[in-house]
Amino acid sequence: MTKHSSSLSEDIIPGGAHWSLTVKAGLTLRLTDIEGDGNVGMLFYNPANLLERYNAPDTLKCQHTFKLGTGTCLYSDMGRIFCSVIGGTVAWHDTVCGTSTRQSIEKKWRPVSYQMGRNERTQNGRDSFLVEGAKYGLGKRDLAANVNWFSKVAPDAEGNLGFVSGNSKAGDYVDLRFEMDTLVVLHSCPHPLNSSKTYPRKPIKLELLEAEPVSMTDVCRTSRPENMRGFENTETYVRHTTPSSSGGH
Amino acid sequence: MIKESTLSPETALLREVVGAGDYWMHEVKQGQTLRILDLEGNQAADTLFYNAHDTAERYSAIDTIREQGNVYLTAGTKLLSTEGNVMLEITADTCGRHDTLGGACATESNTVRYALDKKCMHACRDSWLLAVAENEHFGMSKRDITHNINFFMNVPVTPDGGLTFEDGISGAGKYVEMRAEMNTIVLLSNCPQLNNPCNAYNPTPVEMLVWDKN
Repeated sequence: MTKHSSSLSEDIIPGGAHWSLTVKAGLTLRLTDIEGDGNVGMLFYNPANLLERYNAPDTLKCQHTFKLGTGTCLYSDMGRIFCSVIGGTVAWHDTVCGTSTRQSIEKKWRPVSYQMGRNERTQNGRDSFLVEGAKYGLGKRDLAANVNWFSKVAPDAEGNLGFVSGNSKAGDYVDLRFEMDTLVVLHSCPHPLNSSKTYPRKPIKLELLEAEPVSMTDVCRTSRPENMRGFENTETYVRHTTPSSSGGH
Repeated sequence: MIKESTLSPETALLREVVGAGDYWMHEVKQGQTLRILDLEGNQAADTLFYNAHDTAERYSAIDTIREQGNVYLTAGTKLLSTEGNVMLEITADTCGRHDTLGGACATESNTVRYALDKKCMHACRDSWLLAVAENEHFGMSKRDITHNINFFMNVPVTPDGGLTFEDGISGAGKYVEMRAEMNTIVLLSNCPQLNNPCNAYNPTPVEMLVWDKN
Protein backbone atom coordinates (compact mmCIF):
# COMPACT_ATOMS: atom_id res chain seq x y z
CA MET A 1 0.00 0.00 0.00
CA THR A 2 1.14 3.50 -0.74
CA LYS A 3 0.64 5.96 2.10
CA HIS A 4 -1.29 9.06 1.17
CA SER A 5 -3.10 11.96 2.66
CA SER A 6 -6.81 12.10 1.98
CA SER A 7 -8.09 12.68 -1.55
CA LEU A 8 -8.00 16.17 -3.03
CA SER A 9 -10.90 15.13 -5.23
CA GLU A 10 -12.91 12.05 -6.01
CA ASP A 11 -14.99 11.11 -9.01
CA ILE A 12 -16.84 8.05 -10.30
CA ILE A 13 -16.86 7.25 -14.01
CA PRO A 14 -19.70 4.86 -14.81
CA GLY A 15 -18.97 1.74 -16.91
CA GLY A 16 -18.88 2.27 -20.68
CA ALA A 17 -18.19 6.01 -20.41
CA HIS A 18 -15.36 8.47 -21.09
CA TRP A 19 -13.74 11.52 -19.54
CA SER A 20 -10.55 13.60 -19.58
CA LEU A 21 -8.61 15.73 -17.13
CA THR A 22 -5.30 17.53 -16.80
CA VAL A 23 -3.23 16.29 -13.88
CA LYS A 24 -0.49 18.49 -12.44
CA ALA A 25 3.03 17.24 -11.76
CA GLY A 26 3.32 16.05 -8.16
CA LEU A 27 -0.18 14.61 -7.92
CA THR A 28 -1.13 10.94 -7.83
CA LEU A 29 -4.15 9.69 -9.73
CA ARG A 30 -5.56 6.59 -8.05
CA LEU A 31 -7.82 4.40 -10.19
CA THR A 32 -10.00 1.92 -8.34
CA ASP A 33 -11.83 -0.95 -10.00
CA ILE A 34 -14.97 -0.74 -7.86
CA GLU A 35 -16.66 -4.01 -8.85
CA GLY A 36 -13.74 -6.03 -10.32
CA ASP A 37 -13.01 -7.08 -13.94
CA GLY A 38 -12.89 -3.41 -14.91
CA ASN A 39 -10.86 -1.83 -17.72
CA VAL A 40 -9.64 1.73 -18.14
CA GLY A 41 -8.40 2.70 -21.61
CA MET A 42 -6.00 5.63 -21.28
CA LEU A 43 -3.89 7.97 -23.43
CA PHE A 44 -1.58 10.80 -22.32
CA TYR A 45 -0.54 14.09 -23.95
CA ASN A 46 1.58 17.06 -22.92
CA PRO A 47 -0.91 19.96 -22.64
CA ALA A 48 1.89 22.43 -23.52
CA ASN A 49 2.70 20.53 -26.74
CA LEU A 50 0.03 18.05 -27.78
CA LEU A 51 2.47 16.51 -30.28
CA GLU A 52 4.20 14.94 -27.29
CA ARG A 53 2.19 11.86 -26.42
CA TYR A 54 2.28 8.48 -24.70
CA ASN A 55 4.50 6.03 -26.54
CA ALA A 56 3.83 2.41 -25.67
CA PRO A 57 6.78 0.99 -27.68
CA ASP A 58 9.24 3.33 -25.94
CA THR A 59 7.67 2.49 -22.58
CA LEU A 60 8.11 -1.24 -23.19
CA LYS A 61 11.56 -1.20 -24.75
CA CYS A 62 13.06 1.30 -22.28
CA GLN A 63 12.10 -1.05 -19.44
CA HIS A 64 12.40 -4.41 -21.25
CA THR A 65 8.85 -5.29 -20.33
CA PHE A 66 5.65 -6.44 -22.01
CA LYS A 67 3.42 -5.38 -19.10
CA LEU A 68 2.88 -2.39 -16.80
CA GLY A 69 2.90 -2.62 -12.99
CA THR A 70 4.43 -1.13 -9.86
CA GLY A 71 7.85 0.32 -10.72
CA THR A 72 6.98 0.99 -14.37
CA CYS A 73 7.22 4.48 -15.87
CA LEU A 74 5.00 5.61 -18.75
CA TYR A 75 7.09 7.43 -21.36
CA SER A 76 6.24 10.07 -23.91
CA ASP A 77 7.80 9.94 -27.36
CA MET A 78 10.20 12.68 -26.17
CA GLY A 79 12.10 10.57 -23.64
CA ARG A 80 10.16 11.93 -20.66
CA ILE A 81 7.94 10.29 -18.07
CA PHE A 82 4.29 11.34 -17.90
CA CYS A 83 3.59 9.20 -14.85
CA SER A 84 5.01 6.38 -12.75
CA VAL A 85 3.18 3.40 -11.32
CA ILE A 86 4.12 3.83 -7.66
CA GLY A 87 1.74 1.27 -6.20
CA GLY A 88 -1.33 -0.85 -6.64
CA THR A 89 -2.75 -4.29 -6.19
CA VAL A 90 -2.69 -5.55 -9.80
CA ALA A 91 0.54 -7.03 -11.14
CA TRP A 92 -0.15 -6.79 -14.86
CA HIS A 93 -1.74 -4.04 -16.95
CA ASP A 94 -1.94 -4.28 -20.75
CA THR A 95 -0.64 -1.73 -23.27
CA VAL A 96 -0.39 -3.81 -26.45
CA CYS A 97 -3.94 -4.79 -27.37
CA GLY A 98 -5.50 -1.46 -28.27
CA THR A 99 -9.10 -0.55 -27.72
CA SER A 100 -12.59 -1.68 -28.69
CA THR A 101 -14.40 -0.21 -31.68
CA ARG A 102 -18.05 0.05 -32.65
CA GLN A 103 -17.55 -2.95 -34.97
CA SER A 104 -15.78 -5.10 -32.37
CA ILE A 105 -18.48 -4.41 -29.77
CA GLU A 106 -21.24 -5.24 -32.26
CA LYS A 107 -19.56 -8.55 -33.13
CA LYS A 108 -19.62 -9.64 -29.50
CA TRP A 109 -22.66 -8.15 -27.85
CA ARG A 110 -26.09 -6.96 -28.82
CA PRO A 111 -25.47 -3.31 -29.61
CA VAL A 112 -27.57 -0.81 -27.69
CA SER A 113 -27.89 2.60 -29.33
CA TYR A 114 -28.48 5.78 -27.37
CA GLN A 115 -32.02 5.83 -28.78
CA MET A 116 -32.65 2.40 -27.26
CA GLY A 117 -30.72 2.52 -24.04
CA ARG A 118 -30.01 6.17 -23.27
CA ASN A 119 -26.77 6.28 -21.29
CA GLU A 120 -26.79 2.51 -20.88
CA ARG A 121 -25.71 2.24 -24.53
CA THR A 122 -22.79 -0.01 -25.55
CA GLN A 123 -20.11 2.67 -25.92
CA ASN A 124 -16.72 1.70 -27.41
CA GLY A 125 -13.12 2.73 -26.72
CA ARG A 126 -12.21 4.27 -30.05
CA ASP A 127 -15.22 6.60 -30.22
CA SER A 128 -14.53 7.52 -26.59
CA PHE A 129 -10.95 8.55 -27.39
CA LEU A 130 -12.09 10.49 -30.46
CA VAL A 131 -14.71 12.43 -28.51
CA GLU A 132 -12.46 13.27 -25.56
CA GLY A 133 -9.48 14.05 -27.82
CA ALA A 134 -11.56 16.40 -29.97
CA LYS A 135 -12.08 18.61 -26.91
CA TYR A 136 -8.39 19.49 -27.23
CA GLY A 137 -8.15 19.57 -31.03
CA LEU A 138 -6.95 15.96 -31.28
CA GLY A 139 -8.23 13.59 -33.95
CA LYS A 140 -7.71 10.18 -35.52
CA ARG A 141 -4.10 11.00 -36.38
CA ASP A 142 -3.35 11.60 -32.72
CA LEU A 143 -4.52 8.26 -31.33
CA ALA A 144 -1.81 5.84 -30.28
CA ALA A 145 -1.40 2.50 -28.57
CA ASN A 146 -3.22 2.98 -25.26
CA VAL A 147 -3.00 1.53 -21.78
CA ASN A 148 -5.70 -0.87 -20.57
CA TRP A 149 -5.48 -0.60 -16.78
CA PHE A 150 -6.64 -3.70 -14.87
CA SER A 151 -6.51 -5.93 -17.97
CA LYS A 152 -4.01 -8.71 -18.63
CA VAL A 153 -3.13 -10.27 -21.97
CA ALA A 154 -0.23 -12.72 -21.68
CA PRO A 155 1.86 -14.34 -24.43
CA ASP A 156 2.86 -18.00 -24.46
CA ALA A 157 6.33 -19.18 -25.52
CA GLU A 158 5.35 -18.85 -29.20
CA GLY A 159 3.94 -15.35 -28.78
CA ASN A 160 0.27 -16.39 -28.87
CA LEU A 161 -1.83 -13.96 -26.85
CA GLY A 162 -4.46 -14.90 -24.30
CA PHE A 163 -6.80 -12.63 -22.34
CA VAL A 164 -6.67 -13.49 -18.63
CA SER A 165 -10.02 -12.94 -16.97
CA GLY A 166 -10.27 -12.23 -13.25
CA ASN A 167 -7.06 -10.16 -13.29
CA SER A 168 -8.62 -7.45 -11.14
CA LYS A 169 -10.92 -7.90 -8.16
CA ALA A 170 -13.40 -5.50 -6.54
CA GLY A 171 -11.42 -2.78 -4.80
CA ASP A 172 -8.16 -3.30 -6.71
CA TYR A 173 -6.37 -0.05 -7.50
CA VAL A 174 -3.37 1.46 -9.22
CA ASP A 175 -1.54 4.67 -8.27
CA LEU A 176 -0.10 6.87 -11.03
CA ARG A 177 2.20 9.63 -9.85
CA PHE A 178 2.48 12.39 -12.46
CA GLU A 179 6.00 13.63 -13.11
CA MET A 180 4.90 16.41 -15.47
CA ASP A 181 1.64 18.20 -16.22
CA THR A 182 -0.35 15.75 -18.35
CA LEU A 183 -3.59 15.65 -20.28
CA VAL A 184 -5.22 12.29 -19.46
CA VAL A 185 -7.86 10.94 -21.83
CA LEU A 186 -9.69 7.88 -20.53
CA HIS A 187 -12.65 5.56 -20.91
CA SER A 188 -14.21 2.71 -18.95
CA CYS A 189 -15.26 0.63 -21.98
CA PRO A 190 -14.46 -3.11 -22.04
CA HIS A 191 -11.07 -4.44 -23.14
CA PRO A 192 -11.24 -5.50 -26.81
CA LEU A 193 -10.52 -9.14 -25.85
CA ASN A 194 -13.05 -9.33 -23.01
CA SER A 195 -15.32 -12.31 -23.74
CA SER A 196 -17.92 -11.77 -21.04
CA LYS A 197 -21.46 -12.97 -21.93
CA THR A 198 -22.92 -9.50 -21.69
CA TYR A 199 -21.40 -6.06 -22.25
CA PRO A 200 -19.43 -5.44 -19.03
CA ARG A 201 -20.36 -2.12 -17.46
CA LYS A 202 -17.75 -1.54 -14.75
CA PRO A 203 -17.53 1.79 -12.89
CA ILE A 204 -14.15 3.24 -11.97
CA LYS A 205 -13.26 5.60 -9.13
CA LEU A 206 -10.76 8.40 -9.82
CA GLU A 207 -9.02 10.10 -6.90
CA LEU A 208 -6.37 12.80 -6.90
CA LEU A 209 -3.89 12.72 -4.05
CA GLU A 210 -0.85 14.77 -3.10
CA ALA A 211 2.30 12.73 -3.87
CA GLU A 212 5.42 12.58 -1.72
CA PRO A 213 8.48 14.19 -3.35
CA VAL A 214 10.35 11.72 -5.59
CA SER A 215 13.35 10.46 -3.64
CA MET A 216 16.60 9.19 -5.13
CA THR A 217 15.61 5.69 -3.95
CA ASP A 218 12.10 5.91 -5.40
CA VAL A 219 10.70 2.55 -6.61
CA CYS A 220 10.20 3.83 -10.16
CA ARG A 221 13.40 5.86 -10.45
CA THR A 222 15.50 2.87 -9.41
CA SER A 223 13.61 0.02 -11.07
CA ARG A 224 15.82 0.27 -14.20
CA PRO A 225 18.94 2.31 -15.04
CA GLU A 226 16.94 3.70 -17.98
CA ASN A 227 14.44 5.23 -15.57
CA MET A 228 17.20 7.16 -13.77
CA ARG A 229 17.82 8.91 -17.09
CA GLY A 230 14.10 9.24 -17.82
CA PHE A 231 13.62 11.05 -14.50
CA GLU A 232 16.61 13.27 -15.22
CA ASN A 233 15.12 14.27 -18.60
CA THR A 234 11.73 14.94 -17.04
CA GLU A 235 13.01 16.89 -14.04
CA THR A 236 15.16 19.08 -16.32
CA TYR A 237 12.15 19.76 -18.52
CA VAL A 238 9.82 20.56 -15.62
CA ARG A 239 12.43 22.81 -13.99
CA HIS A 240 13.01 24.75 -17.21
CA THR A 241 9.42 25.14 -18.27
CA THR A 242 7.76 25.92 -14.94
CA PRO A 243 8.69 29.23 -13.30
CA SER A 244 10.04 28.55 -9.80
CA SER A 245 8.86 30.41 -6.70
CA SER A 246 12.11 32.38 -6.66
CA GLY A 247 11.20 34.07 -9.92
CA GLY A 248 12.14 31.59 -12.62
CA HIS A 249 15.40 31.15 -14.46
CA MET B 1 6.91 -19.28 -40.85
CA ILE B 2 9.47 -19.59 -43.64
CA LYS B 3 7.90 -19.20 -47.05
CA GLU B 4 9.85 -18.54 -50.25
CA SER B 5 8.65 -16.22 -52.98
CA THR B 6 8.03 -17.26 -56.56
CA LEU B 7 8.84 -13.76 -57.88
CA SER B 8 12.06 -13.11 -59.73
CA PRO B 9 14.01 -9.87 -59.17
CA GLU B 10 14.49 -9.64 -62.97
CA THR B 11 10.78 -8.98 -63.46
CA ALA B 12 10.50 -6.31 -60.76
CA LEU B 13 9.00 -2.96 -61.76
CA LEU B 14 11.31 -1.09 -59.42
CA ARG B 15 14.51 -1.83 -57.52
CA GLU B 16 16.08 0.69 -55.17
CA VAL B 17 18.82 0.30 -52.60
CA VAL B 18 18.29 2.31 -49.40
CA GLY B 19 21.43 3.05 -47.40
CA ALA B 20 21.46 2.80 -43.63
CA GLY B 21 20.19 6.03 -42.10
CA ASP B 22 18.09 6.94 -45.17
CA TYR B 23 14.35 6.78 -45.74
CA TRP B 24 12.21 5.44 -48.59
CA MET B 25 8.75 6.88 -49.13
CA HIS B 26 6.80 5.47 -52.02
CA GLU B 27 3.27 4.56 -52.98
CA VAL B 28 2.62 0.87 -53.66
CA LYS B 29 -0.62 0.26 -55.57
CA GLN B 30 -3.28 -2.24 -54.69
CA GLY B 31 -2.25 -5.67 -56.03
CA GLN B 32 1.45 -4.80 -56.25
CA THR B 33 3.97 -6.76 -54.21
CA LEU B 34 6.71 -5.14 -52.14
CA ARG B 35 9.84 -7.01 -51.08
CA ILE B 36 12.30 -5.72 -48.50
CA LEU B 37 15.63 -7.46 -48.95
CA ASP B 38 18.20 -7.54 -46.14
CA LEU B 39 21.30 -7.26 -48.35
CA GLU B 40 24.04 -7.87 -45.80
CA GLY B 41 22.09 -9.35 -42.88
CA ASN B 42 20.88 -8.31 -39.42
CA GLN B 43 19.46 -4.98 -40.55
CA ALA B 44 16.33 -3.48 -38.97
CA ALA B 45 13.88 -1.90 -41.43
CA ASP B 46 11.48 0.37 -39.51
CA THR B 47 8.32 0.69 -41.56
CA LEU B 48 5.01 2.58 -41.47
CA PHE B 49 2.07 2.26 -43.90
CA TYR B 50 -0.70 4.73 -44.79
CA ASN B 51 -3.83 4.55 -46.92
CA ALA B 52 -2.80 6.67 -49.94
CA HIS B 53 -6.32 8.12 -50.21
CA ASP B 54 -6.63 9.08 -46.53
CA THR B 55 -3.41 9.06 -44.53
CA ALA B 56 -5.36 9.31 -41.26
CA GLU B 57 -5.89 5.57 -41.83
CA ARG B 58 -2.58 3.87 -41.15
CA TYR B 59 -0.93 0.63 -40.04
CA SER B 60 -1.98 -0.33 -36.53
CA ALA B 61 0.37 -2.61 -34.62
CA ILE B 62 -2.08 -3.13 -31.75
CA ASP B 63 -4.99 -4.10 -33.99
CA THR B 64 -2.78 -6.37 -36.09
CA ILE B 65 -1.39 -8.41 -33.20
CA ARG B 66 -4.68 -8.56 -31.29
CA GLU B 67 -6.68 -9.79 -34.28
CA GLN B 68 -4.12 -12.45 -35.28
CA GLY B 69 -3.66 -13.41 -31.61
CA ASN B 70 0.13 -13.39 -31.82
CA VAL B 71 2.80 -10.75 -31.26
CA TYR B 72 5.10 -11.79 -34.14
CA LEU B 73 4.59 -11.01 -37.82
CA THR B 74 5.35 -13.53 -40.56
CA ALA B 75 3.97 -15.05 -43.80
CA GLY B 76 0.18 -15.05 -43.59
CA THR B 77 -0.02 -12.02 -41.31
CA LYS B 78 -2.59 -9.47 -42.41
CA LEU B 79 -1.35 -5.98 -41.60
CA LEU B 80 -4.42 -4.14 -40.36
CA SER B 81 -5.15 -0.42 -40.36
CA THR B 82 -6.53 1.73 -37.56
CA GLU B 83 -9.94 1.26 -39.24
CA GLY B 84 -9.64 -2.53 -39.12
CA ASN B 85 -9.01 -2.91 -42.88
CA VAL B 86 -6.33 -5.19 -44.37
CA MET B 87 -3.63 -2.91 -45.81
CA LEU B 88 -1.14 -5.56 -46.87
CA GLU B 89 -0.66 -9.29 -46.39
CA ILE B 90 2.76 -10.85 -45.85
CA THR B 91 3.05 -13.37 -48.67
CA ALA B 92 6.64 -14.57 -48.31
CA ASP B 93 9.20 -14.49 -45.50
CA THR B 94 12.61 -16.14 -45.38
CA CYS B 95 13.49 -14.60 -42.00
CA GLY B 96 10.71 -16.23 -39.96
CA ARG B 97 9.40 -13.47 -37.78
CA HIS B 98 9.39 -9.72 -37.37
CA ASP B 99 8.77 -7.34 -34.48
CA THR B 100 6.03 -4.76 -34.09
CA LEU B 101 6.28 -4.07 -30.34
CA GLY B 102 9.61 -2.28 -30.05
CA GLY B 103 8.84 0.84 -32.07
CA ALA B 104 11.51 2.98 -33.67
CA CYS B 105 14.56 4.68 -32.26
CA ALA B 106 14.38 8.42 -31.62
CA THR B 107 17.07 10.73 -30.34
CA GLU B 108 15.10 11.30 -27.13
CA SER B 109 14.41 7.64 -26.39
CA ASN B 110 18.08 6.94 -27.10
CA THR B 111 18.96 9.18 -24.14
CA VAL B 112 16.82 6.98 -21.89
CA ARG B 113 17.92 3.66 -23.33
CA TYR B 114 21.66 4.27 -23.63
CA ALA B 115 23.04 7.55 -22.24
CA LEU B 116 22.06 11.21 -22.09
CA ASP B 117 25.04 12.18 -24.25
CA LYS B 118 23.87 9.99 -27.15
CA LYS B 119 21.11 12.44 -27.97
CA CYS B 120 22.64 13.69 -31.22
CA MET B 121 23.14 10.27 -32.81
CA HIS B 122 21.04 9.66 -35.92
CA ALA B 123 17.74 7.87 -35.32
CA CYS B 124 14.84 6.45 -37.33
CA ARG B 125 12.39 9.10 -36.22
CA ASP B 126 14.63 11.84 -37.62
CA SER B 127 14.57 10.07 -41.00
CA TRP B 128 10.77 9.92 -40.90
CA LEU B 129 10.45 13.56 -39.86
CA LEU B 130 12.67 14.54 -42.79
CA ALA B 131 10.59 12.33 -45.08
CA VAL B 132 7.27 13.97 -44.16
CA ALA B 133 8.87 17.44 -44.36
CA GLU B 134 10.41 16.78 -47.79
CA ASN B 135 7.26 15.16 -49.20
CA GLU B 136 4.70 17.85 -48.43
CA HIS B 137 2.33 16.53 -51.11
CA PHE B 138 1.41 13.67 -48.76
CA GLY B 139 0.18 16.24 -46.20
CA MET B 140 1.75 14.47 -43.22
CA SER B 141 3.53 15.66 -40.07
CA LYS B 142 4.85 14.39 -36.74
CA ARG B 143 1.25 13.46 -35.81
CA ASP B 144 1.49 10.74 -38.44
CA ILE B 145 4.67 9.15 -37.12
CA THR B 146 3.24 6.23 -35.18
CA HIS B 147 3.80 2.68 -34.01
CA ASN B 148 5.74 0.80 -36.70
CA ILE B 149 6.97 -2.61 -37.80
CA ASN B 150 10.62 -3.56 -37.38
CA PHE B 151 11.21 -5.98 -40.22
CA PHE B 152 14.08 -8.42 -39.52
CA MET B 153 14.25 -7.43 -35.84
CA ASN B 154 14.13 -10.03 -33.09
CA VAL B 155 12.30 -8.91 -29.92
CA PRO B 156 11.21 -12.01 -28.01
CA VAL B 157 8.53 -11.76 -25.33
CA THR B 158 8.23 -14.22 -22.47
CA PRO B 159 5.14 -15.68 -20.74
CA ASP B 160 6.02 -13.77 -17.54
CA GLY B 161 5.89 -10.46 -19.37
CA GLY B 162 9.53 -9.83 -20.26
CA LEU B 163 10.75 -8.33 -23.51
CA THR B 164 14.32 -8.42 -24.81
CA PHE B 165 16.32 -7.29 -27.79
CA GLU B 166 18.27 -10.19 -29.21
CA ASP B 167 20.73 -10.62 -32.03
CA GLY B 168 18.92 -10.64 -35.32
CA ILE B 169 17.67 -13.89 -36.82
CA SER B 170 18.00 -12.41 -40.28
CA GLY B 171 20.96 -12.90 -42.58
CA ALA B 172 22.34 -11.68 -45.89
CA GLY B 173 19.80 -12.24 -48.65
CA LYS B 174 16.80 -12.83 -46.38
CA TYR B 175 13.64 -11.01 -47.32
CA VAL B 176 10.02 -10.34 -46.50
CA GLU B 177 7.37 -9.78 -49.13
CA MET B 178 3.87 -8.34 -48.92
CA ARG B 179 0.98 -7.72 -51.28
CA ALA B 180 -0.85 -4.41 -51.00
CA GLU B 181 -4.61 -4.74 -50.54
CA MET B 182 -5.09 -0.99 -50.91
CA ASN B 183 -3.05 1.84 -52.43
CA THR B 184 -0.48 2.24 -49.68
CA ILE B 185 2.20 4.81 -48.90
CA VAL B 186 5.24 2.97 -47.55
CA LEU B 187 7.52 4.97 -45.25
CA LEU B 188 10.66 3.06 -44.35
CA SER B 189 13.61 4.16 -42.25
CA ASN B 190 16.64 1.97 -42.73
CA CYS B 191 17.71 1.99 -39.11
CA PRO B 192 20.94 3.85 -38.18
CA GLN B 193 21.05 2.53 -34.59
CA LEU B 194 24.62 1.90 -33.36
CA ASN B 195 23.83 1.10 -29.74
CA ASN B 196 22.04 -2.24 -29.82
CA PRO B 197 22.22 -5.60 -31.57
CA CYS B 198 19.22 -4.96 -33.86
CA ASN B 199 21.70 -4.07 -36.62
CA ALA B 200 24.59 -6.14 -35.25
CA TYR B 201 26.11 -2.70 -34.42
CA ASN B 202 26.73 -2.25 -38.13
CA PRO B 203 23.87 -0.66 -40.11
CA THR B 204 23.82 -1.84 -43.74
CA PRO B 205 21.68 -1.23 -46.87
CA VAL B 206 18.36 -2.86 -47.76
CA GLU B 207 16.84 -3.17 -51.22
CA MET B 208 13.23 -2.35 -52.04
CA LEU B 209 11.64 -4.27 -54.93
CA VAL B 210 8.13 -3.79 -56.31
CA TRP B 211 6.30 -6.09 -58.73
CA ASP B 212 3.13 -5.27 -60.60
CA LYS B 213 -0.02 -7.29 -60.12
CA ASN B 214 0.37 -10.44 -62.25
